[in-house]
Amino acid sequence: MTVNVMTSKEVTKTVFNNEELFILDVRNASDFNDWKIEGENFEYLNVPYFELLDGVEEIMEEIPTNKKVLVVCAKEGSSVMVAEMLSDAGLNVSYLKGGMKAWSEHLEPVKVGDLNDGGEIYQFVRIGKGCLSYMVLSNGEAAVIDATRMTDIYLDFAENMGAKIKHVIDTHLHADHISGGRTIAEKTDAVYWLPPKDATEVTFDYQPLEDGNDITIGNTTINIAALYSPGHTIGSTSFAVDKKFLISGDILFIDSIGRPDLAGKAEDWVGDLRETLYKRYRELSEELIVLPAHFMIIDELNDDGSVSEKLGALFVKNHGLNIEDENEFRKLVTENLPPQPNAYQEIRETNMGKINPDMDQQREMEIGPNRCAVR
Amino acid sequence: MENLKANVILDTKGLACPMPIVKTKKAMNNLETGQVLEIQATDKGSKADMKAWSESSGHQYLGTIEEGEVLKHYLRKSSNDEFNEKKHPNVINNEELEKKIEANENIVVIDVRESAEYVFNHIPNAISFPLDELENKLNELNKDDEIYVVCRTGNRSDLAAQKLTENGFTNVINVVPGMSQWNGNTTGIYDLGGINNE
Repeated sequence: MTVNVMTSKEVTKTVFNNEELFILDVRNASDFNDWKIEGENFEYLNVPYFELLDGVEEIMEEIPTNKKVLVVCAKEGSSVMVAEMLSDAGLNVSYLKGGMKAWSEHLEPVKVGDLNDGGEIYQFVRIGKGCLSYMVLSNGEAAVIDATRMTDIYLDFAENMGAKIKHVIDTHLHADHISGGRTIAEKTDAVYWLPPKDATEVTFDYQPLEDGNDITIGNTTINIAALYSPGHTIGSTSFAVDKKFLISGDILFIDSIGRPDLAGKAEDWVGDLRETLYKRYRELSEELIVLPAHFMIIDELNDDGSVSEKLGALFVKNHGLNIEDENEFRKLVTENLPPQPNAYQEIRETNMGKINPDMDQQREMEIGPNRCAVR
Repeated sequence: MENLKANVILDTKGLACPMPIVKTKKAMNNLETGQVLEIQATDKGSKADMKAWSESSGHQYLGTIEEGEVLKHYLRKSSNDEFNEKKHPNVINNEELEKKIEANENIVVIDVRESAEYVFNHIPNAISFPLDELENKLNELNKDDEIYVVCRTGNRSDLAAQKLTENGFTNVINVVPGMSQWNGNTTGIYDLGGINNE
């Protein structure tokens, strides 16, 4: 039997379409337990590759023959070895091209809506890590929001759409992933917008993103006015696109809310977080479609793979928006928090321009799941 | 660091996963029980895998030193010395030794494990006297001193205690079980350099 290759893009389609897949993950148990490929109808077997060096006989019975089988490891090498052994034993299996490293870096663009006068908004789903970034396109111009460090994907996408990137925006100083914002702005001569309260320590020039700013992309106005929304960070800013979409950053997700502790200020910022979610957001139109910067679990994906929901619907079903008691809210967002993201301090310093790790180090820093929310 | 000795050095620099582990497994097969293997690697992921592989295969992962781009992993081939019968009559348990150290008693603690084991983790003030070098170093110890001998599980220290007694040392006590269960203070080099993973 030949060994097949599956790309991250193909696995993403499997996730979006709720297809079945059997994943043999040959990384360490601790790596597997920390972070794996998630899918609605995925089955898993985790056996580290180094336990299979003498042969795969012991696991043959556990591998189904009536399902697609994908062997996964960190960087590909071990999964190729194990896939070949399984193939020699008569099974039809695939390995994941580039391993979890490629999975972590894969971005899938999904159109989330139309804007005035022919504009469009795309969501870039970083399926392996739960990060969401955006591109607003209108009349040959584009804005990129909360870009990841895989900057070529946005640059190529804009070029294919015949648009020039004019504005690059980060809703806040990210702690879980390295922002591609500055690089994109440099390469395209675009304006780089950052909330000034998150940018007090940055080492580069930026345009302060504040209440009252209006950014125009082609025919589309991105309205930033009155949406300063602190809580996840002190500067966190949300904004409406075309009065139709609400880019909520790391403040409000579909099934969870932002955590206030990643800059070491949980106690200080819990009040801001509550004010933002329970007062400022309440004053907005319930018809706005919320587009967050993350998803936590695969259940949050819509049928087309996008992540979005009407603000009104979130007021009803998001637990974090329905805690009447302030103390209870305080407890939820300051106690029993999930572990902090891998290397989050170094990530923040990188995003401030204080340190300049190389590509391998950046990958290493970002490894693992997203952990920006509390449920 | 010059006293960090390995019996065999394996070069896996430039090799990607799974090769460092594949080669380590082969090299381990040729090692004698209790010997130390140093694996040089440039694959960052090799550290977690060395730890996990050692655990699953029963070998002892001692630690990793980072020198620039190169990771040096130290593994000790597993031995069954846990089941040996101990012969030296004078023994003390970990907790009692800990109390003596805390009380600053006038005692000498010698650690007879391999230098690579000692380097990564040992009792402060313990002196490194690897078992197979002990005979040459006897003159560095006083015959009247109160000498506590520690190893990982109490067996190598049992042999060392017997040897010391044969050579005229009068006050030698074997520490049981030793470093594998030691809860008191320790010192040593841990992880140096690299990116901090939590």
